[in-house]
Amino acid sequence: MKNNKIFISGDEAVAVGVKLSRPHVIAAYPITPQTITVERLSDMVEAKELDAEYMHVESEHSAISATMGASAVGARTFTASSSQGLLYMTEGLHYCSGGRYPVVMMNANRSVALPWSIYGDQRDSLSLLDSGWIQVYVEDAQEALDMIIQAYKIAEHKDVLTPMMVNLDGFILTHTYELVDIPNQDEVDQFLPAFITPNKMSFEDPKNLGFSSKPDDNTEFKYQQNEAMFNAIPVLQDVDKEFGSKFGRTYHGMVEEYKCEDAEVVLVALGSVCGTVRVVIDNMRKAGKKVGLLKIRYMRPFPEAEVKALGKRVKAMGVIDKDISFGYEGTVYTNVNSALSKIDKHVFKQNFVGGLGGRDITKNEIEAMFNKLFLGISSEQEEKVEFFSLNVETNE
Amino acid sequence: MNQPKKQEFKTPKHIDDYPTGPQYTAGFLPETNAGWRTVRPLVDHEACVFCLRCYMLCPDGTIFKDNGKINIDMDYCKGCGVCAFECPKDAITMIKEEL
Repeated sequence: MKNNKIFISGDEAVAVGVKLSRPHVIAAYPITPQTITVERLSDMVEAKELDAEYMHVESEHSAISATMGASAVGARTFTASSSQGLLYMTEGLHYCSGGRYPVVMMNANRSVALPWSIYGDQRDSLSLLDSGWIQVYVEDAQEALDMIIQAYKIAEHKDVLTPMMVNLDGFILTHTYELVDIPNQDEVDQFLPAFITPNKMSFEDPKNLGFSSKPDDNTEFKYQQNEAMFNAIPVLQDVDKEFGSKFGRTYHGMVEEYKCEDAEVVLVALGSVCGTVRVVIDNMRKAGKKVGLLKIRYMRPFPEAEVKALGKRVKAMGVIDKDISFGYEGTVYTNVNSALSKIDKHVFKQNFVGGLGGRDITKNEIEAMFNKLFLGISSEQEEKVEFFSLNVETNE
Repeated sequence: MNQPKKQEFKTPKHIDDYPTGPQYTAGFLPETNAGWRTVRPLVDHEACVFCLRCYMLCPDGTIFKDNGKINIDMDYCKGCGVCAFECPKDAITMIKEEL
């Protein structure tokens, strides 16, 4: 396999992934830190490198509405947003997943106002776990590009037909440059055939799209939507394997374990911070500490089986959340904890809320998290939510 | 302005027979939607001049041509009275629904 590596940012990698996927309709409203993606795509359309309709919409609400409408009648569509823009789409997100329209979206994870902040955390997309979208979190620009291509194949699968959100950390991934291998267009075309909608309209076969349902039917539609999300699990695993055989890169499906074979203590994380955790693990392993990482890739559908299986093998699990559900705990932690409550074993757990509003999560902090988890298995410690790190003293 | 043909929709017995999401072949109207109607339009066909203004203005599209006369699909008429208000010949009156 011949490599074709170029030096691009995460945003640009997404744009290239979209171009290779040959969408018919793109509608997106620019927002930092996603802007470069949609700028590159509009350049490609204008230069006729990409044969797509680029719809200039006046808002994110219109962007999701336009892509959903086009998707409903069989177009392959793309939109992208971040933070406030993503939240402005919220009504449409539920509408789109309920309609079973396989729109693919890139979300640049960014904090949510107030206080106003353009910097990264994952409170935007994690607050939308219930919107019915498949959510994947990537660790680098290569994974971002590859997951856009995979996303179409997963979302458009007849047993899934569910929209998919590819999340990459704002600035840390969107604005940093990496060597990214660009797949060959012919190979992508073979991997990703055209989308055939089950809703194709014609005068011979008119359809009623997006109708209402009364209480007698609504539960069945929601049951079916939930079933489709679970159907996505084997589909995304197969798509990842097929991608690997074609392009030489796989991402291990729902989660990736790093050095967990003999680990006593693991950290669970999403997205770019996983790279830093890997470095800390390598250093701590040199000192003989049995530490590992569970990189959660998909938050919906949730990797319950994988979390439970790892829970049976380890003594302590810490969850890094770039998110806080005020009045309780980080949302990733809540989800991980729910899975762990279903195994017949006690695992010491701790929730580390960090990286809010773009604050770095440092190697020293990650090492301190691991050490707290070791302390938890050797002595009586309270399982609690800890903000990592505050620059001030608190009343606790 | 002829009444669209309605086909009978049989509720599926298995979840796999449900349509994938809310889309289906056109022409099925499994729901009626008139349950809260308190008054209904009554057409005086002697007074009616078949101008079809009521057809144009019915917000629910329930009025249709039926052998040279207007007719109203009472499964979907909400009893709003727009037709009676707009009728230039006062050929439509709203009468109380009896329960």
